[in-house]
This record gives sequence, structure tokens and C-alpha cells, in this order.
Amino acid sequence: MRAVGATASVLVPLLAACSPEVPARSAAEAPAPSATEADPGFASLSAHAPEHFGFGAPASEDRVARWDIDVKPDGEGLPPGSGSVAEGRLIYETYCLQCHGPTGTEGPNDRLVSAGEWEQWPAGRTVGGYWPYATTLFDYTRKAMPQTTPGTLSDDEVYAVVGYVLHLGGIVSADAVMDSASLVAVEMPARDRFVPDDRTDGPEIR
Amino acid sequence: MDSSPRTIPPGIRAGEGRPRLSRRAWLAAASGTAATGLVMTRWDALKATAQEASPAAADPTKIPGRFVSEVGTRAPGEQPRRLLRTLALSSSSRTPLQDLHGTITPSDLHFERHHAGVPDIAAQDHELLVHGMVERPMVFRMPDLKRYPQTSRICFIECSGNGGGAYNRDRMPTTITPQQLDGLLSTSEWAGVMLSTILREVGVRSGASWILAEGSDAAVMSRSVPLDKAMDDAMLAYVQNGEAIRPEQGYPVRLLLPGWEGNAQVKWLRRIEVTDRPTMTRDETSRYTDPLKDGTARQFSFVMDAKSIITFPSYPYVLPERGWWEIEGLAWSGRGRITRVEVSTDGGRSWTDAVMQPPILSKSTVRFRHLWNWNGRETVILSRATDETGYVQPTVHQLWEARGDRTSYHQNHQRAWKIAADGAVTFGLGDLL
Repeated sequence: MRAVGATASVLVPLLAACSPEVPARSAAEAPAPSATEADPGFASLSAHAPEHFGFGAPASEDRVARWDIDVKPDGEGLPPGSGSVAEGRLIYETYCLQCHGPTGTEGPNDRLVSAGEWEQWPAGRTVGGYWPYATTLFDYTRKAMPQTTPGTLSDDEVYAVVGYVLHLGGIVSADAVMDSASLVAVEMPARDRFVPDDRTDGPEIR
Repeated sequence: MDSSPRTIPPGIRAGEGRPRLSRRAWLAAASGTAATGLVMTRWDALKATAQEASPAAADPTKIPGRFVSEVGTRAPGEQPRRLLRTLALSSSSRTPLQDLHGTITPSDLHFERHHAGVPDIAAQDHELLVHGMVERPMVFRMPDLKRYPQTSRICFIECSGNGGGAYNRDRMPTTITPQQLDGLLSTSEWAGVMLSTILREVGVRSGASWILAEGSDAAVMSRSVPLDKAMDDAMLAYVQNGEAIRPEQGYPVRLLLPGWEGNAQVKWLRRIEVTDRPTMTRDETSRYTDPLKDGTARQFSFVMDAKSIITFPSYPYVLPERGWWEIEGLAWSGRGRITRVEVSTDGGRSWTDAVMQPPILSKSTVRFRHLWNWNGRETVILSRATDETGYVQPTVHQLWEARGDRTSYHQNHQRAWKIAADGAVTFGLGDLL
């Protein structure tokens, strides 16, 4: 039932990094000494703690499916459905224009489209100028927009309005239709500009 | 003194060329009727009281006092306030750093940053789903989480956008308070269950390397966090300073990531998905990333680098006379303990070690003090912190050199205050550029 080997292989090295001054949970799982000094007041589990406490309930597949609504850049989590740029314009003008302006450049809330001074990197952090993944726009719009009635757009409406905003930013054509395949295929101009954090412990200023 | 217009906050009246606080104005500010958040420091209060004590004040030894009460309240003359940015769904309020002592932030003064308001959540209805690359997907209710072994630690939480008001060389402020500049910083004693304990319970599958943490607010605020951090010192915190965590800080449970930027420490936590890659949410791509001068954008810049700020003397205080004054402030690092804080009282030409006041804890704020005999001449005072990894808080020039001037987060450069000959204190970084 338990995948002991898999669990241990992941957990032990990571737990070992926590707190060398605290007694190990068991001799078999004794952590290797860490270079990081222990934090006072921070303790790992007692040595006699059980492998499993059993507090909490199993989550059914249905329960997970109802809550697992995020969308990843490879398209995992994108729902069925589709929407066209033309349909998206109607959605945008009904729900979005008031905060983002007629062309996505005016605000008063976040600018969606680069214009004027915003064309210089980082392009006002606009969708077309800065966002690295089109899937992120779907994920965020479906969860958090419209701001005063979040989560009320249908999946088709989200596809449509995402398509329209991408079109405003010059990313997709006026006749584009967005669905799970076409959205993942969108190449965002700033995609390759994003790099992992290169700051480290130590004196270097980065 | 400077080219920008010198605004005198409400509660201060001009006199003899420098702002001076009247007792009436101080009371107005202290009682919260001044909406600016520019509540005066204890020195103002003492001075005002000493100078203008009412001869008609009642003798408390001649009047029986109040009865006991179920919930205590602050003294009428001690009413620090958060400073609100805007009344909007996505907004923030800032901790009055200049009014506080020690390191713990009173819970009702902890800074706020919400992306779609503060949700109303009843603890009995709240559930945390943990799923993804795990052996046993599980749902935890609050009584479940509270039955797991509890741990606690004192640490700071800081918004990575804190201090952005002093980074643009063309808009360097002069009339800005510690609260206005760096008030998106608070420190609490947090308690809860270690995330590693919960991940052990559900059994992380091999190959997993990230988690997605998702909040139950109207923005469904979510962030990807490396599994290493989740297994190291991450906590599911449901206690803040000895009581249930406040709604503004994530009631009934939040993710606590000691030393990391506040945004990643997802509040109102309802879901953790164990994954093998980041989800690339809105707040780890279009926001909370750092555009650099080479045209790239630094992503997943979680750790808060070492930083310090002098909170006294600071704007809008006026040193009434030369002589002995105790400079004090806060220093902190997301990489561990602060090992040294230095203070300069001559614009950065020479530095002296400040006294660090216990407790000195890893990834927490530490209060520093430096006794200073001011000679009455104009000068600029600064502080700089060093952490246990050997990192020294940089100058703004060093940050501009390393990153360019278009980043909006992680602006941890040295802060400066200018002391004018008349004792008026203004933000002084611009004078050093």
C-alpha cells in the first residue's frame, strides 16, 4: 500500500537539510549533517512519530478533479471547448473594457497591451510584451477575472477572451480560434527571456 | 535643502522653519483621526506631554480605576495605524515600523497585500486538498491539521515589492516615512504543522520536484514552490502570535516559507498539488519576476536578500537639539541570521558596528541600536546589514549595476536619512547619488 522506497528516497535527503541539532527521527533515517545551521524553535518530528498518523481523509478522484483547476504550460488542465477572437471581443467589451480600456492600453487597471513607453523592455509587463506563456492567461482569467465576479466565465468564454487579448497584443490573427491545442501552440515573444534566479548565498551582488 | 516640495503632514504645524508637533495635533494623530498614518514616535509623545501637560490632569491615585475586561485595548495615546494604499480589491496596507519596538509586529498591525480582498472563511468549512504526485491524495480539515505535531518559529514576512519607492533615480523621495517605504514587512511568531509532516503523510512520489500552492481567495492566488523548500522549513501556519492567524494573514491556514518573498507564502491555503514542474502562474511570470538590464527576466527569485533600515530618526521626525540620540532600526535576511549591522553618521564615509538587540534569529528581524552624539551639523545617516552567508547589504549603485533600473522587486539597497542643521529628518538617499 505504501510506496516505502519511493517515499524514503525523496523524504530523507530533504528532511536532512532541516535541522541537524534536532534528534533524527530514527537511526535508519538519520540525516546527514547539513551545512545550514539549525534554526532554534524549529523541530522535525519526534523519533517515535509513526510513519502515518491517519488524520485527514482520502480524496476521491472526483474531489481532486473538481478542485484541480490549474493549467500548465504544456496544456495539462486545459478543458474542452473553444472560442474565437470575434467572440472574445464581445466578452472583452462586456466584462473587461471597463478596467483595461478599449484597446487594452488605457487601464485604469493592468495594461494588457504594449503601447508607447511600454514598448521598452519589460514592456509594461503586458501580455504580449512580457507574459511567457499563453496558458497562464487562461489560468488566471478563468480563476480571477472578471475582478468583481471571478470564476463566472464559461470555458468557451475564457478561450474566446484570451484569444481576443492575444490578438490585441498582436500575437494571434483576427480569425484565430483558441482551444486546448491552439492555445498551447501560441509562441509568446518573451518566452525565452525568462531565466532562473542566479542569486546565491554569499557576498556577490546580483 | 532639496528641490522637491516639502510637505508637512497633518498633525504637524510649521514653526520657526521646522515642523513641530503640538499636543493637540499629536493626540489627533495618535487617536487615529489623522488618516495619513503618520503617527508620531514615542519621543514626540514624551516631548509633547512634557511640554504641554495639562495642569488640570486628573490624579489617578485619587480616582478608582476601570474594571477588568474580556479583551484589552491600547492606551488612548498609543494608537499606531497601518497605512492604506488604496481602497481596492488588489491593495496593501503597511506596518508602522517607526512606531514599533522589539521585533514582533502586533497582529493587527501586520502588513496586508491582497489580490482580491480578504475572504470570509469559517474554519469549520475550510479544507486543504493535497494531491498530485503523491501516494495518497488527502483532504485535511482544520482539526486534522491541528492534531499533527505542532512547531513554531519567529520569522519575518516581507513583500518583495517592499522598498520600491526608493529605486528610481529620477523619483527619489525625500518626504517618505519608514512605513511608507518599507512597511510591507512584519514579524510574527508562527505556529502550525511542518509541510514536510503532511507530505510524509501523503507520500511524495519519486520524480516530484515542485508543489503548487493555491489560495481560497477570489484571485485563487497560486504559486509554485520547489519541493526542496517545502521539505525544508515550510510550515502550514494556523497560529500567529499566540492566537489563530488573522483573516488578513490567511485564516485559517497559510503557507509559511521563512525568508522567502511574501507572495509565495500563499494565504487561505486550500490546495497543494505535488508536481514535477512549475505551473507558471500569473504571479510567477507576469508579476514577481525581475526584468534585468540584459533583457532577461529573473524568475523564481524567492529569497529576500539582507536588508536594514533606520527607523529612528526618520522622516517626519525633527531632532529638537544636538546631543545624545539613539539611532535604531531593523535588519533581516532571508538567507539566515544577521551577523552584523553597521551604522554611518557621516554619509557613508565611516562605519561603526551597531549593537544588535536579542533575540537574533535566523530569517527574522533583529533590532539594532547605535548611540550617537549629534553635533548639530547637517549629515546623512545610513545602516547596512551583513548576514551569515557573508552578503553585505548593497548600495543602490551596486543594485543598478547588477540589475539595471527596471526591476520592481527585491530592492534591498541601503537606506539613508538626512539630518538638517535644524534637526529636520528627510529621506536622504538622493543626496548621496
